Amino acid sequence: MKIKLDRTICDGFGKCAAHAPAVFSLDEWGYASLERGLTAEADLPRELEQPARRALLDCPAHAIIERGPASEPPP
Amino acid sequence: MRGAHVRRKGARPVVPALTTGAHPAVRPRLLRRQADWEDRAAYEAAGGYLPGLAGPGLIDAVAASGLRGRGGAAFPAARKLAAVAGRRGEKVVIVNGEEGEPASVKDRWLLRSRPHLVIDGALRAARAVGAGTVYFYVSDTAAALSLKAALAELDGAPAELRVHRVRPSYVAGEETAAVNAINGRPAKPSEKPPRPFEEGVARLPTLVGNAETIASLPAIAGGAAGQVPSFLMTLSGAVPRPGLYEVPFGIPLGEATEVLGGLAGPARGYLMGGYFAGLLNARGHGLPLDYDALRARGSGLGCGAIVVLGARDCPVGLAAALLAYFGRENAGQCGSCFNGTAAMAGVAAALANGEAGPAEIARLAHWSGFLPGRGACGTLDAAAAVAATLLREFPAEVDAHQRDACPACAATDFAATAGPLALSPDSITPPLAAR
Repeated sequence: MKIKLDRTICDGFGKCAAHAPAVFSLDEWGYASLERGLTAEADLPRELEQPARRALLDCPAHAIIERGPASEPPP
Repeated sequence: MRGAHVRRKGARPVVPALTTGAHPAVRPRLLRRQADWEDRAAYEAAGGYLPGLAGPGLIDAVAASGLRGRGGAAFPAARKLAAVAGRRGEKVVIVNGEEGEPASVKDRWLLRSRPHLVIDGALRAARAVGAGTVYFYVSDTAAALSLKAALAELDGAPAELRVHRVRPSYVAGEETAAVNAINGRPAKPSEKPPRPFEEGVARLPTLVGNAETIASLPAIAGGAAGQVPSFLMTLSGAVPRPGLYEVPFGIPLGEATEVLGGLAGPARGYLMGGYFAGLLNARGHGLPLDYDALRARGSGLGCGAIVVLGARDCPVGLAAALLAYFGRENAGQCGSCFNGTAAMAGVAAALANGEAGPAEIARLAHWSGFLPGRGACGTLDAAAAVAATLLREFPAEVDAHQRDACPACAATDFAATAGPLALSPDSITPPLAAR
């Protein structure tokens, strides 16, 4: 499972970090980024998929998007 | 777009004098000695629009040349070309001449005075990736008029060539902002992925190339092997001859600024890569102008714009002005960015005014390390770099400001000197006018 967090959409509700603290980190104003080492280009570790999916479904801003399999590798 | 440009018959764009020059070790390929607008005949007389390497051969030659994106991100140009060339179906090229970096004038200079060099490069890029449409993405009126005048001189082109204008802003030059603007949306960055090579203009694979990067392609296609690799340096600040210079990669920063810009006393430091790569203290004098060497030493070449700080310039005041700029000019999209830039700007302003102590400095240090990477584009990273490098490169000045005892600020009003240290493109290259 690959996910993308669109930080231009994130409104800082913080639900993601509550559900999946190993996937999302918050700044002191409550805005999220993916934890260091995680990217939208790589599959999440399997044990993080379920909490990440819960975060995706519960994000009030719909800022978390599941990515389809890449058709071609990045440059 | 032929005929779209309305101009008086016989009138030619005029390029006013900007101090330009080349380092003695360089045979200039981007700069031109003549100060007038280079028309098609002059460009062809100098060897332009000649056949040369094309397609995969050109991409291989670009790889061998080591050319990297000159907008500032320094991504290997050949990998970008190959990524778009490798996609199926219709493709698009964007020549990015928006040049939102405040200290840089190189792209506007190229577009205003040597439009055919950029067009020649764009046609070669379009052919190499298999694109049928090229957008010249600019915010500068004079650059747009110059391009249109040059496009009107072509007898047809193998690709559709369009000039797309946008309101100037810091973020409008980011590659996804360019794609968004051409797609009819606000010229603001998007979260990646997808990057434009995957999905860009009209959702088609799109090559976004900086104008200087694109202008470098004709020489490479013509077999530039053996030439000294060079780049355009916009030099401003405390130097007698601010201007635009073509410089070989790898020479020491101090040599580039002193040989070309002259010496107005020892440099106190440097602002690197436009507003993007932070501050350097006087140690910058000996650092080589090389992407990797500068990065390894905590700085960067970026777009090649360098501002020299003189003895009377206060780095704290400059950092405060820069952070205030990022607080104003960020896209207002990502929470970490609009909060983080404002927070860092607040501490820097307090420090400049002698109203910050160790607790505020500790918060600034924390943000400068924690915030990079937390925005969809590089704006927050640039702001964090200003804060981090101020603390790292100028600890004595930061300390003096906590005691409100900065000699430079006592001698002058920092607000008067730390403003637009950068060259203003309009003061050095007035708008295009009919002769």
